[in-house]
Order: sequence, then C-alpha cells, then structure tokens
Amino acid sequence: MSILKTENLTYTYSQGTPFEKTAVKNVNLEIEEGELVGVMGHTGSGKSTLIQHFNGLLKPTSGRILLEGKDIWENKTEIRNVRFKVGLVFQYPEYQLFEETVFKDIAFGPKNMGLDKDEIERRVRETAENLGLPQECLERSPFELSGGQKRRVAIAGVMAMEPKILILDEPTAGLDPHGRDVILGQIKQYHKKTGNTVLIVSHSMEDIAKYADKILVMNKSELFCYDTTVNVFSRSKEIEAMGLDVPQITRVFNALEQRGLNFGKQVYTVEYAKELIMKKLRERGKVTRC
Amino acid sequence: MLKDITIGQFFPGESLLHRLDPRFKIIITCIFVVMLFIGDSVWGLVIGSVFTFGAIALSKIPNRLFVKSIKPIFPFLIFTAVLNLVFISDGDVLFKWRFIKVTEGGIETSVYMLVRIVLLIAGSSLLTYTTSPIALTDALEQLMSPLKKLKFPVHELSMMMTIALRFIPTLIEETDKIMSAQKARGAEIDSGSLRARVKNLIPILIPLFVSSFRRAEELATAMECRCYNGGDGRTRLRQLKSGGRDFAALAVTCAFMGAIIAVNLML
Ligand SMILES: Nc1ncnc2c1ncn2[C@@H]1O[C@H](COP(=O)(O)OP(=O)(O)O)[C@@H](O)[C@H]1O
Ligand SMILES: [Mg+2]
Repeated sequence: MSILKTENLTYTYSQGTPFEKTAVKNVNLEIEEGELVGVMGHTGSGKSTLIQHFNGLLKPTSGRILLEGKDIWENKTEIRNVRFKVGLVFQYPEYQLFEETVFKDIAFGPKNMGLDKDEIERRVRETAENLGLPQECLERSPFELSGGQKRRVAIAGVMAMEPKILILDEPTAGLDPHGRDVILGQIKQYHKKTGNTVLIVSHSMEDIAKYADKILVMNKSELFCYDTTVNVFSRSKEIEAMGLDVPQITRVFNALEQRGLNFGKQVYTVEYAKELIMKKLRERGKVTRC
Repeated sequence: MLKDITIGQFFPGESLLHRLDPRFKIIITCIFVVMLFIGDSVWGLVIGSVFTFGAIALSKIPNRLFVKSIKPIFPFLIFTAVLNLVFISDGDVLFKWRFIKVTEGGIETSVYMLVRIVLLIAGSSLLTYTTSPIALTDALEQLMSPLKKLKFPVHELSMMMTIALRFIPTLIEETDKIMSAQKARGAEIDSGSLRARVKNLIPILIPLFVSSFRRAEELATAMECRCYNGGDGRTRLRQLKSGGRDFAALAVTCAFMGAIIAVNLML
C-alpha cells in the first residue's frame, strides 16, 4: 500500500472572486514508503500548493488525499495528527523562528506533540547534531545565527517531530552553492538513516538528479509526470520545452547523441557520465587504466 | 482564511465608477455618508438605498463581494439592533418581559440603524473596490493640499498611507504563511482558553514583527537609493484629470442629497 495517495486532487484559490485561480488540477499520484522524491516545476506551477495538501494545511476543492490508505479529511479533529505524521518545511523557513533559544525553537513541534521532557531533549540534540548545529549553539538566540544556520534550525524543528513523511519546500533557495550541498547532503543522510519518505521541492535539476529516486514534475497546475529519475530524464526534450532546465550533463549527452555518438543510456549525473565515457574509451582501446 | 478579508481591497475594472476621478469619488463618498445620516425617514433611506444599489450596479462588481464585506460586521449589526430594540422606549409597547420592553419606536430605530450601517459599509467599500490604493492616496494628497499652507505634512502623511496600504496585502499574506508554518509544527491557533489563545499568538506575532521591521528597513534603503527626500519638487507620473463625467456624477449625488433634504423638510 502506498503511504500517500491523491485522487483527482483539485484546488482553487479565492474561489468565487475575480482572482479565482486553479493552482492544482486533477492530480492523481501514489508515493511509496521510503522514497526520496524530487518535486519539480516552474515557478507558479502549483508545487507549493500541492504539498500543502499533504499535511492538511489546504483542504482540496475537490478530490481526496489518502495517508496510509485513510482519507485525511474524514475526521477533522484528527488533522493535527496528520501534521505530525507529515512534516512540512516551508520555503524560507527561517522566517518562522520565534523562540528565545535555538533549543526551544526546535522543541516547539515535539512539545506540541505532547512528548515527555527526556524524549524532547533527545530529539532536539540528535536532530541538531544530524544537521551539523553545534551543541553550544542550542542555547543561543536563533536571531543571532547566520542565514544558513537559521535555515538548518528551522528544518530541525520539523525533523525533530520525526514525521513519517518529510516535505521540504525549496530548502536550498537563496543559499550559496556550498550551503546548498551541505543541506541537501544532510537531508539525504536523514533519509538513509531513518528510511522515511522525503519529498524535496526544488527547481535545481542538478540537485534533484543527484539525490532523488523519483521525480514529480508539475506543469501549469497539472501533474506532468511522476516516475523514476531515469525515465523522467529520458523525456528531457519535453522538460526543456516546458522551460525547465535539465542537468548540464544531460544536455551534453543529448548534444553528443545529435552528433552521432550514442551511449544508449540516459545520463543525468557526472559520475555516471564519467563511467560511461571511460567504458567507451576502453572499448576502443584508447585508455587502458583510469 | 485571512485572504477572505475584502474591505479595503481593490478590484481592477473598466466600469464608469472605476474611471471616475478619485478626488470626485472621495467627495461623493463623503456626501453619501452625510446623506445616509440625515435621511431620517423611510423615504430618506429608500433614496439612500437607490443611490447605493445604483452605484453598485454601475461598478460591475459581483454582489457577493458586498455580502462578504458585510459578513465580518454581522455580530456588530446584531448587537446594535438588540441594543436599540431594548433601550429605546417610545411609542406603543408591543412586548414586555420582566424589565425588557420592546416598543414600536425601538423597532423602527433598530431597523433604520441596520439599513443605514449596511448601506454605509456597502457604499464606502465601493470607493476602495473601484479605486487603486495609489490613486486613492494621490487624490487625498491633492484634496488636502490646502493644508500645506498651515505647515501640515500632507505629502508625508500620504506617503505613509500609500506605504501602509501597499503593505496590507503583503502582511496578510505573510501572516497566512507564518500561521501555516506554525500549524505545520502542530501549533493550535484557534482553540483553548483565552489565556492559551493569547499564548498561541506568540509564535505568529514575533516572526511577523521581525519581518515587518526587516521590510521597513529594506524599503527605507531602497527609497534612499533612489534619492527620495520628501515631497518638495516631486512631479507625478500620472496626473489626475477630471472631466465631464466627474462633474455629472457629482451633480447626480447632489441631486440625491437635495431629494433627501426635501423629503426631510416636507415630512
Ligand atoms: N495564497 C494564494 N492566493 C491566491 N493565489 C495563490 C496563492 N498561493 C499561490 N497562488 C497562485 O497559485 C499558483 C501556484 O502557486 P504555487 O503553488 O505557489 O506554485 P509554485 O510553488 O510551483 O511556485 C500561482 O499562480 C500563484 O499565483
Ligand atoms: Mg513555491
């Protein structure tokens, strides 16, 4: 059974006013437990709107969302528990920090869950460590930290709730390349360690190609496709036509193919590209060792 | 949701009302308010209603938006009506229970008051529905410009208003976002005792204050970078122009006002 499933999910903002806007149109998808899913799409394609349905922040205009097979809106009083099972980190989450100390801020979610003191302490310290926040930083005010650290505190605040599904909306937006790699690496680490389902919204193809098992592409409020990374990038022409970037290395390989050098494989990471090229060269006897 | 607040919102359009000079619209709205309060009889209110509904029809703005703008003040309406009903005692007593007396005069006053407030809200919402905030503050600045002679900081005031109006939607959006983010962490926003509720506001208010200060600072820097130094010698990109239809609209409004005064004098 899939952990999360949507049935004909549709959402319209400001229904019944001149500003009416359907941001998600008839989306059907099934996400399996333990997957790391990349969510891609143009700005305004409905990614943020879609993911806010998964933890019940938005209620579908029509359609259903099933969490572990149960309609999350079946019992309205249970919606808070859905939010503990499906953790959502908003875009620019550092703007939601409010406590006096980093420790208290990370503890906000777990405390709302009604956990006891020792458990909260364990979770806060563990999550902070996983995200590379030093212990002494826990007693400082979150407002004194650097941008990248604030971001990690905010992510920790949701991770510490240990949700079955962790969703991050553009977790790397506005960070420098190094900060981006660090955070994505930590998220990947979290995924590996806990085996929980993780969804990362991003429009950096490079990042998604590197980390995700499966990719969900939104286009103009509709689900364009949801498939394994290889299959999605085999449609790189269509994706480029949508105005989205495919990884640079995929473009290189597409261009090579046009010039008659066909590898017969879909390439989207540099490591894999290197492997293929070395193999080809070896076949031709140009290189004997790497 | 907060998004549903429509008072003060602008709905772009091309109707006659949208095209009127905002200075005239402000004056007309002032006359309209006075009109409602001196119209002290059934006929006065009928004339006021005709004026309001006529204007609403001309604006081509969907009626349900007006219903929406009145919804939030519904409790206040009920409260006013009940107060008038219970405390005004003249005319025949229609109903009595312990110390509560409902009289004919009470019913009359509370119905009048209800109609008046509803018309007032609907009519004055029309001003902001059909006028962009920028046009509105420009117009106010010009209408108040005689006060400059008295050293009244008209330009500064209107700049402050422009900025405030400009940031209302941004702040609403921001509040919405922060609320969602805290709800995602299990914050309970609208439940519990009064004390708990006040405490629950902290996770929302603090980030909101922090970001408002940040925005204010950014805006100030951006304005300084463009050498903003007050209103002296500033010219406008868009000049307000009045034409025949503005004077016609004003004349129609005055005619309604005249009708109400006439009705008052005759009765
Ligand atoms: N709170 C809102 N009210 C009205 N329209 C909105 C709101 N949030 C998003 N939209 C609109 O819905 C569409 C999808 O937005 P969003 O889900 O934020 O896209 P993405 O995250 O892919 O950039 C956009 O056209 C946007 O303008
Ligand atoms: Mg978004």
